Amino acid sequence: MQYLWRTPGSRTTPEEASPISPSPLVIRDLTVAYHRKPVLWNVDYVAPPGGLIAVVGPNGAGKSTLIKACLGLVPKVSGSVEAFGRPIDKQRRLIGYVPQRESVDWDFPVSALDVVAMGRYGKIGWFRPVSRAHKEAALHALERVGMADFAKRQIGQLSGGQQQRVFLARALAQEAQLYFMDEPFAGVDAATERAVLHVLRDLDAAGRTVICVHHDLQTVADYFDHVLLMNTRVVAHGTVSRTLTPELLARTYGGQPVPFTEAAR
Amino acid sequence: MIPAIMDEAWRILTFQAGFNSAVVVAGTAALGLAGGTVGTFLLLRRRALVSDALSHATLPGIAIAFLIGAALGLPGRSLPLLLAGAVASGVLGLLTIQALVRHTRLTEDAAIGAVLSVFFGLGIVLLSLIQNLELGGQAGLKTFILGQTAAMAQGEAVGIGLLAAAAAAAVALLFKELRVLAFDPGFAAVQGWPVARLDLLLMGLAALVTVIGLQTVGLILVVALLIVPPAAARFWTDRLSTLTVVAALIGALSGWLGATLSALLPKLPAGAVIVLVAGAIFLVSFLFAPARGLVAVALRQARLRLDFAERRALSVLLGGGSVKGMLGAWLGLRGFVRTGTLTERGREAARAAERNRRLWDRFLTDYPTLIPAHVNWGVDPIDDVLPVDMVRMLEERGAS
Repeated sequence: MQYLWRTPGSRTTPEEASPISPSPLVIRDLTVAYHRKPVLWNVDYVAPPGGLIAVVGPNGAGKSTLIKACLGLVPKVSGSVEAFGRPIDKQRRLIGYVPQRESVDWDFPVSALDVVAMGRYGKIGWFRPVSRAHKEAALHALERVGMADFAKRQIGQLSGGQQQRVFLARALAQEAQLYFMDEPFAGVDAATERAVLHVLRDLDAAGRTVICVHHDLQTVADYFDHVLLMNTRVVAHGTVSRTLTPELLARTYGGQPVPFTEAAR
Repeated sequence: MIPAIMDEAWRILTFQAGFNSAVVVAGTAALGLAGGTVGTFLLLRRRALVSDALSHATLPGIAIAFLIGAALGLPGRSLPLLLAGAVASGVLGLLTIQALVRHTRLTEDAAIGAVLSVFFGLGIVLLSLIQNLELGGQAGLKTFILGQTAAMAQGEAVGIGLLAAAAAAAVALLFKELRVLAFDPGFAAVQGWPVARLDLLLMGLAALVTVIGLQTVGLILVVALLIVPPAAARFWTDRLSTLTVVAALIGALSGWLGATLSALLPKLPAGAVIVLVAGAIFLVSFLFAPARGLVAVALRQARLRLDFAERRALSVLLGGGSVKGMLGAWLGLRGFVRTGTLTERGREAARAAERNRRLWDRFLTDYPTLIPAHVNWGVDPIDDVLPVDMVRMLEERGAS
């Protein structure tokens, strides 16, 4: 059970140490470098089954890179990632993904419904067009984020928050077991924040696991059950109540002022 | 003279000017169709310039293939051999770009520029060498640079037609896969689509169009058949399926008209004529397309500004002020003003504008978070945008 080995200094709550069923996500000894400069260093992590997990750390801590490395979108220097007991690239059907909104060209000639229907492509398979049943599933996903009225609209005509909800709906349409979300709360309006939160709670209630890069320390405790504190390496992880302590936050943010205190002024 | 040319043009356009010219026109139209179809996805995947490098990189391959053919003693120039050479060196150019981007810190545009110019330079040098060797058949090699529709034989035109149909069919079959690849390759990869191989396939289709277009349009300008039709089509639509079809039609139209023109004016290089026709269609689209064209956008902007100016002027008049100049004249034309005072219609319009402004104000104050959900808030009449009960609520609040 090599993955139960921890980097020195990381803390584990006892109930996580021996997962009963295969954990939704097991990261072992993951190191990623851009041009010889490590961005992730020896990351080991075992996600608890079910639950909402926030990945928290300062800018440049490698939070997005962690998600992308898990998904195979950036090359690894070393390490392995397993989902539900098998290598993650053998479990594509079980994985949902919400990338950062800025990662695509929103002038692209597709409607909101077209984008959400992309979540179904994995189920549709090669060559076949999107059938009516899959379009309905996509429309249902749009309804869940309160965007059904905008299904036919070209995505460039949506506000930033609405675009974020379209991405969320696309992930819902994937009907996955394990979701990776890259800053779904970044720069959104209040209505979108509520919609995203609503979806997160739904997924949690349905027993799904959501791993979510989150930048706002103020809301971590309200939105998430678990937290993974990181700064290039894993500093600590566990339940929010045990892990989000001033001492561990100070270690995560190093010499930088902790935005927690700044935000709570 | 002029009627004679018009008559000739009509006969070529309608495939009545003899079998050979009909074949050339049909072949070139098929090429344009394939270019528009494949080009749509190249453009959206931001690979347009890579395909330019690809086409320029074919030249050394053509020259080397010619030399090999001469060394083997093949009679004249063998087209399949030349095209095989073109594909080989074009692909080599592509791989060089990929290697440069992956293994060095060069950005893609620098890699494209370097590969394009070096390969093309090598090709030119080889061509000059061949000319000095005084082998037979080298005169035809230059047509690969600028293109010549007249050089198209019947069998070649049929070949072009088949290959173009295959390229268009491949895009139709892989429409969904190419859409997700072009929009969000990261998401496509997470879903398990082989992104690298799909990219390779797309570049393969671009290479196919390039190679079958070499003779007709020439390697310098063949990229225009991939870029210009979809770029022009983008002004007409916001739907990918429509965009692909319109781009294919614009490509086919360019090929058809261009080949006809170049048959009428045999001294001009065919490739340039075809590309200029495509360019003319682009210009018309850019200026006059109703969805995103320059004139339509400018008109909508002007209309919006006039709307606001008119509302402001009406409210000034309602408050007992006066409006002079162009705007006063405009209000007169609209029947809102006569001899400096509001008419009954004007008074009505002014009250409606006042109410609209007041209610939008109220909405903005009470529901600031709902604003982004309404794209035309504040501009369109509030009754057209918001539900009836919401408007009634705002009215009641505004009164209190």
